[in-house]
Amino acid sequence: MSKDIRIKKGLNINLVGKAETVTVKAPDSNVYVINLQDFHGIAPKMLVKEGAEVKAGEALFYNKNHESMLFVSPVSGQLAEIKRGERRKILSLKITAGKTQESIEHQVPNLGSSSAADIKALLLKSGSWPFIKQRPYDVIADPETTPKAIFVSGYVTAPLAAELNYTLKGKEKELQAAISAVSKLTPGKVHVSYGDSSSPLAGLKDAEMHQVSGPHPAGLVGTQINKLDPINKGELVWVITPQDLVIIGELLLTGKFNAERIVALGGSSVKKPQYYTTKIGSEIATFLYASGVNGEKFRVINGDVLTGSKSSQDGYLGFYNNTVTAIPEGDDYEFFGWNKPIFNKISTTRALTFSWLSPKKKYDLTTNTNGEHRAFVVTGQYEEVFPLDIFPMQLLKACMVKDLDEMEQLGLYEVAPEDFSLTEFICISKQPHQQIIREGLDLLQKEIG
Amino acid sequence: MSLKNKLHNLKEEYKGKKMAPAFNAIHTFLYAPNETTHSGSHVRGADDLKRTMNTVIMALIPVLLFSMFNAGYQHFAAIDAANGVVREVSVFGNFLTWENFWIGIIKVLPLVVVSYGVGLIVEFIFAVIKGHEVEEGYLVTGMLVPLIVPIDTPLWMLSIAVIFGVVIGKEVFGGTGMNILNPALTIRAFLFFAYPTWMSGDKVWVYDAVNLAGTPDAISGETILGYLAQNKAAEMTYSISDMFFGFIPGSVGETSTFLILLGGLFLIFSKIASWRIMLSAVLGALVMGLMFNGVVSSGWIGETSKFYGLMSFTFWKHLIVGGLAFGIVYMATDPVTGSQTNKGKWFYGFFIGFISVMIRVFNPAYPEGVFLAILLMNVFAPTIDHYVIRGNVKKRLKRLKNATILPNDSASKSEKLKAETV
Repeated sequence: MSKDIRIKKGLNINLVGKAETVTVKAPDSNVYVINLQDFHGIAPKMLVKEGAEVKAGEALFYNKNHESMLFVSPVSGQLAEIKRGERRKILSLKITAGKTQESIEHQVPNLGSSSAADIKALLLKSGSWPFIKQRPYDVIADPETTPKAIFVSGYVTAPLAAELNYTLKGKEKELQAAISAVSKLTPGKVHVSYGDSSSPLAGLKDAEMHQVSGPHPAGLVGTQINKLDPINKGELVWVITPQDLVIIGELLLTGKFNAERIVALGGSSVKKPQYYTTKIGSEIATFLYASGVNGEKFRVINGDVLTGSKSSQDGYLGFYNNTVTAIPEGDDYEFFGWNKPIFNKISTTRALTFSWLSPKKKYDLTTNTNGEHRAFVVTGQYEEVFPLDIFPMQLLKACMVKDLDEMEQLGLYEVAPEDFSLTEFICISKQPHQQIIREGLDLLQKEIG
Repeated sequence: MSLKNKLHNLKEEYKGKKMAPAFNAIHTFLYAPNETTHSGSHVRGADDLKRTMNTVIMALIPVLLFSMFNAGYQHFAAIDAANGVVREVSVFGNFLTWENFWIGIIKVLPLVVVSYGVGLIVEFIFAVIKGHEVEEGYLVTGMLVPLIVPIDTPLWMLSIAVIFGVVIGKEVFGGTGMNILNPALTIRAFLFFAYPTWMSGDKVWVYDAVNLAGTPDAISGETILGYLAQNKAAEMTYSISDMFFGFIPGSVGETSTFLILLGGLFLIFSKIASWRIMLSAVLGALVMGLMFNGVVSSGWIGETSKFYGLMSFTFWKHLIVGGLAFGIVYMATDPVTGSQTNKGKWFYGFFIGFISVMIRVFNPAYPEGVFLAILLMNVFAPTIDHYVIRGNVKKRLKRLKNATILPNDSASKSEKLKAETV
C-alpha cells in the first residue's frame, strides 16, 4: 500500500487576501482571554479566584470529568474577570497581563527513557493536553484511553490558512521532540502528512510520513484518516495540529508552556495581510489594526473561513487557531441575484455561474448565504467535493432525524464537523452541515459514549 | 428611498406575521436576500435552489416556444390532411408563422398560466399555513405540466389536476424535497386516470380535433404511437426527421427530440441534472427496444398480433417519438424523487428506459409508458438507494472485524488534585 495520499475530489477556494510571508511581532496585548467555547464538552472547575495573580503556564481551571486535565494561563498577570452566563456557566476568563512575565517551570522527564504515563502526566499538568483531540466526536482526548494511532496533518488546503511550511520553519527540533514523545502514547503509528519535501515536517523520525496532494479537503486530517486508517466503532484516534506540536515540543525541551504562535492574518478586509507572532488569547485588535482594515462592515473569524468561529474586532485569538481572517459582511440585497450570470462568486455548477472558467482566480467572497435555507433537494453535488468513503447527504439526514443506528452505520464515527465544511459551502439548500454533524456527534457521544 | 430599502422595511414589518412567507417569496424573487451565515462556513457558494430551478426552466423555454408553433402547425396540417393535401414542413415557410404562433398563444399559453397560477396559489396557501418559506419546486413543475398534457385539455380539468398533484403529490409529504412522486407526473397521472376517455384516443392531440369530430370538417390527431398501437404504421406519413425535429402531434412539449436533446445537454453541462440517469435511461430504452425487435425478427409473433406494430418499431426510434425523450431529460432527473446515490442512478435510469418501452408495447390502449415508468421507479428509488447504501455499510462492518479497540488505561490516572477549587 502506498503511503502517499492523492485526493481527486474536492474544491480549492481561492480567496483574496492571502497572508504575505512576512512575520511581524504583534504589539503586546494588555488583556488575554481564554474562551471556554474553544473546549467543546469540557465542564470547567475553577482553580483560582477572580483577582488572583497567575504566572504563565499556571492552571486556571480543570476539567470536572478528568481532574488532572489542567487549563493554563497563556501569560502571567491577574485573573481580572470570570465571565459567566446562564446558570453561572463559565463563558470566558480574562487575564490582565502583568508587567513582568514569569513562567511556571516543569520538571521534564528524560525523553528517551520516560514512559507513556510520564509524558501524559507532564502534558496534563502543563496545560498542553487540550491540544490533543480525539476522533470520534472531535473533542479533547480522554487521557485514560489509548488511541490506535495519532495523526498530524502538515498539509494546508483550507482557504487563507497559515502556510505551515512557513510558520514551522526552524521549529524542527521542537516538532521532533513532540513527535517522539507522543509516539509513546499509542501502540500504533504516528502518521504525519506533508505537502512537499520542503516542509519542516518532512524529515521527522518516529512517525510514518505521508506526502499528500490534491485540492481541499486533502489537508483536513479527517480526509487523511479516512484514506489511511479509517476509524471503526470503538476505535480511537488522536489528532494534533503541527502548530500545537511546536508548543508541546518547546515544553519538552525547556519545561515551559509557551503560548506564543505565528498567526496568519488574511482576508479581503485586511489591508496588509501578513503573519504575526502573538500569543494564545491575545486581542485580535493588536495585530488586526497593525495591518489595517478595509471598509466598515467586516467579520473577524478565528480560524479559516470554512471552519473558524465568528469573532469580532475586540475578540481574542482562539486556543487552537493559527489563522485569523477578516472578510466583508454580506448583509445586503442583490437585485435578481438568483438568476443573473455570476462572475464574482465560486460555484461548482455551471448554471450561469462562471467560476469554472478560471479555477485560479481569487475571489472576494462575503458572508452572504447567497440564498435561503431549503430542504435537501439536489443530489450528487456533495459527492463531487467529498473524498471520504461516506454518503454525505444520507449521514446528514440520519443526524437530523437522530437515528443512532443509521448514524453509526453510515460512518459518523469517522467524521468531524470540519469534514463537512466544503459540502456546506456548496450546499444549494444552504443547510448548516457542520452544526448538524456537531449535534449528531454530541448525541452519539451522550447515548453511546 | 429606493425600492430596495422600501422592500427591506416591509420585510421587517412583516417579520413573524402570518403573511411573511408570501411576502418573502415575492421579495426574494426580486432581490437575493441579505442573509448572512450564522454557523459553520462563513462563506457560501453562489448557487441556491432558485438558480437551480431557473436553469431547468431555461432549458425548457425553447421546448415551450417550439410547442407553441407546433400547436398551430399540427392544427393546420390536420385540416390540410382532411382535405387531402399533404403538407411538407418548411421551417420558415409554414412552421414559424404568426398564424401558428397565434394558436400557441390561445391554446398553450393558457395552460402555462393556469398551471402556474393554480399551483402557486396552493403553494402560497400551504406556506402561509405551515409558516415555512415558499419553496421553488413548483417553478419547474408548473412549467413541466403544460408541456406534458394534450393540447386540448380543458383548463378546469388542468386546475383540478394541479390542485390534486400539488396537495397529494407534494404538500402532504412536507413540501419540496420530501415528496416521493414527481408532482408533475402525479398531475399527469391524475388526468389520465380521472378522465381516461378524454385523455386517450386520437382527438386531443391536435387543437380543435375534438370540436370538429363528427362534423364534415373532422380532422385526425393521431400520434405516431397511436398509429403503431393500431398496427397502422403504413398510414403514417411522418419522416424520421419530422419525428426528430418534432413536427408531429403529441403532448404539447414532448415532440421535439432535437430541442429536448439540446436542453438535456445544457442541463448536463450546467451540472444541474444527472447525466447518469439520462444516459442509463437511453440505454434501458434501447435494450428493451432491441429485445422486442429480436422477438419480431425471430418470428415469435406474427403481423396479426396486436403488439406487432410497436414491437417491430425500430428500437432506436422509440427515443424520438412520444414522451420518452422529454421524460428522460426533464422528469426522470428530478433529484428529489429519483435515486440519490450515484450508483443507484444508473439502475434507476436504466429501468425507466426499459419499463417505458415495455409499457408502450404492452399497453395499446394508451401507448405511452414513460410517465408510468417514472412514477413506478420513483417508488422504487428509495429501495435502490437502500441497497447501494447497505453496500457501503457492509464495507464498514467488514472493517470493524479488524478494529483495534484498546482498553482504557486506568494506570495513568494521576494524582488527585489537592488544590482548593473556587
